[in-house]
Amino acid sequence: MSLHKLTLCELQKQFQAGEVTATEIVRAYFLRIGHVEPKVKAFVTQAKESAFMEAEVLDRKLKGWRKTLPLTGMPLAIKDNICTEGISTTCSSRMLQNFVPPYDATVIAKLRAQEYILLGKTNLDEFAMGSSTENSAFGPSRNPWNLHCVPGGSSGGSAAAVAAEECVAALGSDTGGSIRQPAAFCGVVGLKPTYGRVSRYGLVAFASSLDQIGPITRDVSDSAFLLQAIAGHDPMDSTSVDRPVPDYMKALQKRDLKTVKVGVPVEFFTEGLDQDVEQSVRAAIGELKALGAEIKEIRLPRTDAAVAVYYVIATAEASSNLARFDGVKFGFRAKETKDLLDLYMKTRQEGFGPEVKRRIMLGTYVLSAGYYDAYYGKAQAVRTLVCQDFDAAFKEVDLIVTPATPTPAFKLGEKSEDPLQMYLSDIFTISVNLAGLPAIALPCGFSKEGLPIGLQLIGRAFEEETILRAAHAYEQSTQWHLKKPTIR
Amino acid sequence: MEITQQDVEKVAQLARLAVSTAEKETFAKQLTQILGHVDTLSQYDTTGIGPTATVMGHVNVFREDLVRPSLSSEKALANAPEREVDGFVVPKILEER
Repeated sequence: MSLHKLTLCELQKQFQAGEVTATEIVRAYFLRIGHVEPKVKAFVTQAKESAFMEAEVLDRKLKGWRKTLPLTGMPLAIKDNICTEGISTTCSSRMLQNFVPPYDATVIAKLRAQEYILLGKTNLDEFAMGSSTENSAFGPSRNPWNLHCVPGGSSGGSAAAVAAEECVAALGSDTGGSIRQPAAFCGVVGLKPTYGRVSRYGLVAFASSLDQIGPITRDVSDSAFLLQAIAGHDPMDSTSVDRPVPDYMKALQKRDLKTVKVGVPVEFFTEGLDQDVEQSVRAAIGELKALGAEIKEIRLPRTDAAVAVYYVIATAEASSNLARFDGVKFGFRAKETKDLLDLYMKTRQEGFGPEVKRRIMLGTYVLSAGYYDAYYGKAQAVRTLVCQDFDAAFKEVDLIVTPATPTPAFKLGEKSEDPLQMYLSDIFTISVNLAGLPAIALPCGFSKEGLPIGLQLIGRAFEEETILRAAHAYEQSTQWHLKKPTIR
Repeated sequence: MEITQQDVEKVAQLARLAVSTAEKETFAKQLTQILGHVDTLSQYDTTGIGPTATVMGHVNVFREDLVRPSLSSEKALANAPEREVDGFVVPKILEER
């Protein structure tokens, strides 16, 4: 079997057993990238030269003394808003087109310490703002299942690269669904960990109270495996949480769901939900029941508020975070400016794309004198209500099951002219970020048009084990994750 | 609430973002539409409900004030759009008397 067909756990096993070299792995992947990348366009930067060099060094070292770490030789792709020392990190923005980070994000330092191999940096909506990768300054990525459809966003490049087998697994970031929505659209597994579980140090900040890095993988075991490598407290991120990291692979050993109570929120099954999606998700809930779970109808009454709350809080935080892009210390600088103020204004006008500008404007507006209480204050209070809904629900159930998205992947251009419609497509993932909870999206079927459909499982804070266990049990009793796209 | 082109201009100034005439028009329309959706939050009664700024209840996180290795000035300046010796170059901000 071709190496690019293997899952992370399978490839890791072969490599650890000495059946395959790092150079062979890297060669197989760049061969695959050469074949499909012109169609999929998942990458902003390919790190071909450094990948071969790193592989060669590893192979030479292992010849002498075969001592390996869990990720030694494993070829990953990284979303291009996560800083990689010496490899450009663009955020798919003109503003950072030539930015080469002088340091590694903590997650990258952790992967590097485990001797992973970076294949490249993946495309995203500019500064992770969007749901389709259409906001990338370098052009959109394509959905491997249908090249006329979006791969989702903002981690669309990472999800497309995993689905197209251009990397064994990838990292993404999730502020309002940016890991789970593209994973659902591309038929792969995306996990957003609990806020604070993974360090955000070196992740280019979008909305600091919501952002979280997580794995995008081919199956649930790979997700657990990769989370293990990146989770943990980091003194460099004061919002990361100092509590022990459990053994996530061990959580997968239980194959049934006896004693697990699963809540189905009625608010997620209303108008606007695509029929194929509803059918697949209902069937998946039946499967969870067959595995022994107790299914219970629950209510999350403030679900409708989530999108509005999010677009106030996320844009407010973004408008502050993106103030640093002023053309002085790094990044793009406009030419021929007459004074410092003009330099700021023109640099930001020329460096940012339309969606980023729109969000900076919205965020600045809701924080401005006279509107702060009416918008920002109100949104923060309703955020408390959204959290209370989840608190109440998790007194009754252990996890919550929902569709990951209201529809399968939409067509390129379908929503790009209407920002509000684009925002509303994130309705099922956003409330999870507001409450800081962990959630996973995994394949649970296909639409009539042959596009993947995603199931979302939401857990209590720091109970990644529960959602991984349930997701794994479901996955093992179905075949969806084994279906691969024909790229044409 | 209707966002006018004057509002857009004012906010753009606060955000240090130059906007073209076309952008003013588009943003006025789009922000009005988005804020119209945000106004639906008024239906939720938040009397006595405190704000949520962060979910993990972090207060202040302190560390020891120790000297640790940090970026060299060479590395810190490596991405500068314009530099001179050990500094960033910016347009003059003080007038000569």
